[in-house]
Amino acid sequence: MSSQYDLQILQEIEDPTIRPKLIMGESTTYASLDNDVIGIIEGFTQKTSIVWYLMIGATLSVLTMLGGIVAYLIATGVGIWGNQSPVFWGWPIVNFVFWVGIAHAGTLISAILFLLKQDWRTSINRFAEAMTIFAVCCAGLFPGIHVGRMWVVYWLFPIPNQMEMWPNFRSPLLWDVFAVGTYATISLLFWYMGLIPDLATIRDRATTKLRQGLYAVFSMGWTGSSRHWHRYEKAYLILAGLATPLVLSVHTVVSFDFAVAQLPGWHTTIFPPYFVAGAIFSGFAMVNTLIIPIRSIFKLQHIVTLRHLEVMNKVILATGSMVGYAYAMEFFIAWYSGNPYERFVFENRAFGNYAWAYWTMVSCNVIFPQLFWIKKIRRSVPAMLCVCILVNVGMWFERFVITVSSLSRDFLPGSWNYFKPTVFDYLTFLGSFGLFFTLFLLFVRFLPMIAISEVKGILYKQNHTGH
Amino acid sequence: MDGNIFPAWTSTVRDLLPLALGGGGLFVATLVTFGFSPKALSVGYSPEQPVPFSHKLHAGEMGMDCRYCHNTVELGAKAAIPPTATCMNCHERIRTDSELLAPVRESAASGLPIEWNRVHDLPDYVFFDHSAHVTRGVGCVECHGRIDTMDQVRQEKPLSMGWCLNCHRDPEGAMRPLDQVTNMTWEAGNQAALTEDLRAARGRDLAPPTTCSGCHR
Repeated sequence: MSSQYDLQILQEIEDPTIRPKLIMGESTTYASLDNDVIGIIEGFTQKTSIVWYLMIGATLSVLTMLGGIVAYLIATGVGIWGNQSPVFWGWPIVNFVFWVGIAHAGTLISAILFLLKQDWRTSINRFAEAMTIFAVCCAGLFPGIHVGRMWVVYWLFPIPNQMEMWPNFRSPLLWDVFAVGTYATISLLFWYMGLIPDLATIRDRATTKLRQGLYAVFSMGWTGSSRHWHRYEKAYLILAGLATPLVLSVHTVVSFDFAVAQLPGWHTTIFPPYFVAGAIFSGFAMVNTLIIPIRSIFKLQHIVTLRHLEVMNKVILATGSMVGYAYAMEFFIAWYSGNPYERFVFENRAFGNYAWAYWTMVSCNVIFPQLFWIKKIRRSVPAMLCVCILVNVGMWFERFVITVSSLSRDFLPGSWNYFKPTVFDYLTFLGSFGLFFTLFLLFVRFLPMIAISEVKGILYKQNHTGH
Repeated sequence: MDGNIFPAWTSTVRDLLPLALGGGGLFVATLVTFGFSPKALSVGYSPEQPVPFSHKLHAGEMGMDCRYCHNTVELGAKAAIPPTATCMNCHERIRTDSELLAPVRESAASGLPIEWNRVHDLPDYVFFDHSAHVTRGVGCVECHGRIDTMDQVRQEKPLSMGWCLNCHRDPEGAMRPLDQVTNMTWEAGNQAALTEDLRAARGRDLAPPTTCSGCHR
């Protein structure tokens, strides 16, 4: 998995007089960037295409299975899942929060890092934004199929109707609909707008009528004139400004789903910042998990360099420590509050019937990311891949612990129960990965994975220093 | 960049696209709002009945009280559809050779009820109670319209949830003195004074439920 570029960085980074370049390769030019990135789409006839077809065959099968399960669910009811008194929010909500969390990296990278003028974002932003949108699709699936009567799922939205019935505006579940809806819209717009110059490049290079026509439609007549660029950059800045508060707001509102409810283990003020940190944590881990194999399969190591990966590892380390702090603070407040119910919930979490899930979560989210303090691990591709996968696992368990362990032992011991997922819980979750990876493979096949026009800007800066 | 990819007419399509999408969206929204409304779908429903019983004749011209036939309205949830026996109370002696009444006589002889077609049909998950309304002074006409002018009964009001709620939220306009409930032509002389009287006489009866479980169990 380590390439010549990775080895070069490992050497350069030890020398304080050199700052490793963001875009590597002596012979990297604007044209070679086009070839490297768009070539992936154009040259899809050789070895890559067999692998691609095998992979999408697998993911489509999983997606088809998901379709079957959803059909069975609609015909039968949510009873096919393990949701049972008192745990009515089982895996569907866990999976929803898991996917929404993953969706946070994209906007953080594309909006906040853009406003902060972090040049390294350009190599990964397209990729992260795509991941964001696909993760939001997966997230949106779960509340949609969890409501029980899917055919009236439009009741989630405040649409005037003959019943004069409205959703409860005081409920965080409605806020959630708006928060996630806004986020999905802005992310999609942001992603699409960034794609336009690159789509135009593909159009201009196209050798077949079909490809030329399709990309021409989606590049909306982009000519690359300075007037186009002028407006594009203004609009991009405005969208970045609009998207920035969303990074914080979406998962804050998701955390309200829990925090506004008066259930010990949920009803805590630390939830919004804790959830946002956790979301960025899981999002970056997912970006790394996906981009590490992709960059080596498609030979993009000179654009997504080890330096990029290391920076992301540092973000993972920082947000992982915040999450660890939040875990500790929850316990402290439970003790400090003197509230017996609150204390019980947290004692139960760490030492009760869900201790196995709790300690899985703590080791994956708090202990393993701390390994990134060590340079060698932070800069080793296989090691970071392992840690990032563990973080993904840990963040799923975090949502499981919060949702299920708090509900399964509430105020009344008489109603306590142990949540048992059914085979359909497992398969629905697996199916959401089928959806995610199908969309992802289509993205890899048909759209430029790297924001070429932005990377060109960095290349220009890099080659024109010293004035 | 060498020349145009698409023919010139596609620009017109592109320019008209927002209009078409916007207009199409508006069209669908309007269609759903007005076309799918019970005002459009339910009002005016007037099925033919096995016997052309005329409310206009019985309740209107002859002035029979509604409760002579629908005798359970004050006691139970349902306003009973009268058994054939009720018809035969009079028709044993009146118009005994009418062609139109043949099914009634047949039913009386065989004991098999006449299969009337239901006009005012609420969904099964709505637990509407006639007695709760009638004994509190909601006139028949409020929900059924001027039945006393109909030869063949037709649905006058939408009977939608929104329509129910309108009254449940502000019931006073629909209420009347208890002895005027079946009067189809009664009108409030002085609504404000009447409201005052109603309030004084029936305090909490003027607060119909607006919660879900008021009508759905």
